[in-house]
Amino acid sequence: MAKQLLVGTRKGLFLIGRHAGQWRVDRAELLGDPVTMVLAERDGSLHAAQDLGHFGVKMKRSRDGGATWEDRPVPKYPPKPEEVVDLDPMRGTPIPWDVKRVWALEASQRLGELWCGTIPGGLFHSRDGGETWELVESLWSHPDRKMWVGGGADYPGIHSVLVDPRDPDVVRLGVSCGGLWMSRDGGTSWDCYGQGMRAEYAPPDQAYERRGQDAHRIVQCAAAPDHVWIQHHNGIFRSTDGGLSCEEVKTAQPSAFGFPVVVHPHEPNTAWFVPGVKDQWRYPVDGALVVSRTRDGAESFEILRNGLPQQHSYDLVYRHGLDIDTDGVTLAFGSTTGNLWLSEDQGDRWQNVSHYLPPIYCVRFVN
Amino acid sequence: MASLYFTPNLARHTQCPAAELAAATVAELFERYFETWPAVRGFVLDDQGEVRHHVKVLVDGRNLRDRRKLTDDIQNNSQVYVFQALSGG
Repeated sequence: MAKQLLVGTRKGLFLIGRHAGQWRVDRAELLGDPVTMVLAERDGSLHAAQDLGHFGVKMKRSRDGGATWEDRPVPKYPPKPEEVVDLDPMRGTPIPWDVKRVWALEASQRLGELWCGTIPGGLFHSRDGGETWELVESLWSHPDRKMWVGGGADYPGIHSVLVDPRDPDVVRLGVSCGGLWMSRDGGTSWDCYGQGMRAEYAPPDQAYERRGQDAHRIVQCAAAPDHVWIQHHNGIFRSTDGGLSCEEVKTAQPSAFGFPVVVHPHEPNTAWFVPGVKDQWRYPVDGALVVSRTRDGAESFEILRNGLPQQHSYDLVYRHGLDIDTDGVTLAFGSTTGNLWLSEDQGDRWQNVSHYLPPIYCVRFVN
Repeated sequence: MASLYFTPNLARHTQCPAAELAAATVAELFERYFETWPAVRGFVLDDQGEVRHHVKVLVDGRNLRDRRKLTDDIQNNSQVYVFQALSGG
C-alpha cells in the first residue's frame, strides 16, 4: 500500500499519511499558491508545479519528503519568430508561446527522464530530472497542432502523458481538445490516433475528427498497456489496441460525463470513474456523489456510494483528482469543494480524509 | 540613476531588493537588474520577454506603454515600480 498521498490544491500542497489505519493530513506545504501538478520520482524526489497567477508558472522540488523545497528550472517556450502565425482556430486570436499551466508531469523508466505537458499545448522533455527542459519541436511544429482548441481553459493543453511500460520511446498523449497522440520514437515524430472517438459538440460531419476530440483524461493499464481508457467530454471510450482505435462505452451509469478515470494496474478490464451531470452542469447526478466501477471491460458498471454524500453534494472531481495505488486496491479522490476521500477496498467503502481542503486539482499516491 | 522597486508580494517568492541603475529604457533597466538578480526575470517577464499579463509596471507614475518590448524611455532620476495587477490572483 502507498505510504503517502500528495494533494495539489488551489492553496498549496497537502501531504496525507496513514496512521493506525487512518489517513490524515500530515503537513501543508507551498501554502498560498496553486499547485497544479505533482510527481513523486522513484528516488523519492517530489516535484510540484505551481501557478502563481501574477508571476507565472514555477517548479519546485523536495528531496526530503516535502519538508523543504528548492526552485527548479521552468519549461520555457522558445522565442516566437515574427513571421510565424499561430492562431486559435476558433477565435483567430494568437496562441501565446508561454507556459500558462503545467498540466501533466510524468517520469519514464529511464532515470532522470521527465515529460511535461502544458497549456497552451507544448510538450517538454527532460533527460536530467528537470535540470533542463526542451520543447518537443516535432509536436509543437506539427501542422495538425494548429487544429487544437481550448477545452477547460482558453488554450489547448496536454493533460495526459503515458509512457509505455514496455518501451519508454512509446509515448501517448491526451490533449484537450486535440485527441490522442502517439510517438513510437521517443518524441521524434507524432501521429493522431483514437479513431472512433465521437464529439457531440461538433457538426455531424466533423463528429469523428480525431484531432478535435476532447479527451478529458487518458490512462493505460500498467500490465497490459494496449488497454487504454478515455474519459471524454461526452462519453467513455475504450481501446484495446493501444489507442489506435476506440469503442464508445454505452453502458455507463449513472452518466457518461466526467473528468477522471483510473484503470487497475494489473486488470485491464477494471476501471473507475466519477460521473456527473453532463457538461452544462458538472455536479453529481441528483446531488448524490458516486464512483462508478466496471470489472468487465465496460459490459456493466457498479455504482459505489458507501461513505459518500448522497444529498446536496456538488463536488466536481477534476481530471487529475482521482488516483489508484499500484496495489490496485487503494484509491483516492478530491473535489473542487475541498473534500478528500480514500478507499482501501477498491471503492466499496470510502473514508473522508478532510472536508476542508482548498479546491483540489490533483491527487497522487507515493510508494 | 533610475530607481527600480518591486512589490513586497514578490519577495515572498524570490529576492528582489530595490536598486539604482543607469539605463535609458525600461528594457535596459530590467536587463541590468537581471544580471544581478536573474531569478526575478521569470516572475516579471513571460517566455517571450513581455511583461506578464497580470504584472503592472509604472514609470514615473504612468503605466508602461510598451509592455512587449519595454522601449519606454526613462530619465536619470526615474522611479520604476513593479506591482501585481489587481487582476490575475
